[in-house]
Amino acid sequence: MKISEIIKYADARIVSGSLATDKDLEKAFSSDLMSDVLTLDEESILLITGLANLQLVRTAEMADIQAVLLARGKPASAEMIELAKENGLVLLETPFSIYKASGILYAKGLKAVY
Amino acid sequence: MALELAFKISGGDFSNAGKASSRIKKVLKQLNIDAKSIKKIVVAIYEAEVNVAAHAWKGEVKATVGEENILVVVSDCGPGIENISLAMKPGFSTASKEVREMGFGAGMGLSNIKKNTDELNIESRKGEGTTLTFRCYY
Ligand SMILES: Nc1ncnc2c1ncn2[C@@H]1O[C@H](COP(=O)(O)OP(=O)(O)OP(=O)(O)O)[C@@H](O)[C@H]1O
Ligand SMILES: [Mg+2]
Repeated sequence: MKISEIIKYADARIVSGSLATDKDLEKAFSSDLMSDVLTLDEESILLITGLANLQLVRTAEMADIQAVLLARGKPASAEMIELAKENGLVLLETPFSIYKASGILYAKGLKAVY
Repeated sequence: MALELAFKISGGDFSNAGKASSRIKKVLKQLNIDAKSIKKIVVAIYEAEVNVAAHAWKGEVKATVGEENILVVVSDCGPGIENISLAMKPGFSTASKEVREMGFGAGMGLSNIKKNTDELNIESRKGEGTTLTFRCYY
């Protein structure tokens, strides 16, 4: 699923990254626990989370995660956006809950990591 | 030709935990090491950095980037780990509420470090500190 499609389906806003290189992602994972995210073997995924802090962006960097969707209207801080831009991480914000965003994207064909 | 890198970490400072793994990731990328190997190495270093921030008072990361492997030593001054085999068990955690609110404290870190490294040694003295030494082949 293209980032542009994720934005459309989740009514999201892009706050870091550009749509010029509209990445195509196959799978997603939803979690607020960075400890769990760091155990994934899968890369190039979308992470859907309610955790909006710098550790989230660091975790995405180390785990080679391509894009993060911040759920339930949690705004990304200026610090987060700066670090995301530095690392080429796509950061999106959606007003939807984790459950709703995950359900919609799953139904539209974005697969689960497991 | 080995490259030596060193970083300091302060206890409680989560925004700086990740500086070492981030820098080391850039160095390994420049050396054209494959992405899978880089991920394993930097995830292990990041978990160890977060453990210093979450559980210890201060510490440091020292990395020796060699031709075939990287050797990493993460040492801290802190409370130490009383029972290392218990601490290694997935799910065991003494993390504070603050640490949990930051997205950590699931008790997965040490077992994840074990999973991502080829050699791992943990030494700890109660009330003094902990030293993790690990090596990963590329
Ligand atoms: N550097 C350290 N100093 C003191 N205690 C530590 C240190 N590292 C780990 N521990 C102890 O071992 C436990 C397990 O560590 P581990 O990294 O596996 O999980 P965690 O840090 O609690 O949670 P997670 O890593 O999933 O965020 C910790 O909760 C803590 O009690
Ligand atoms: Mg840990």
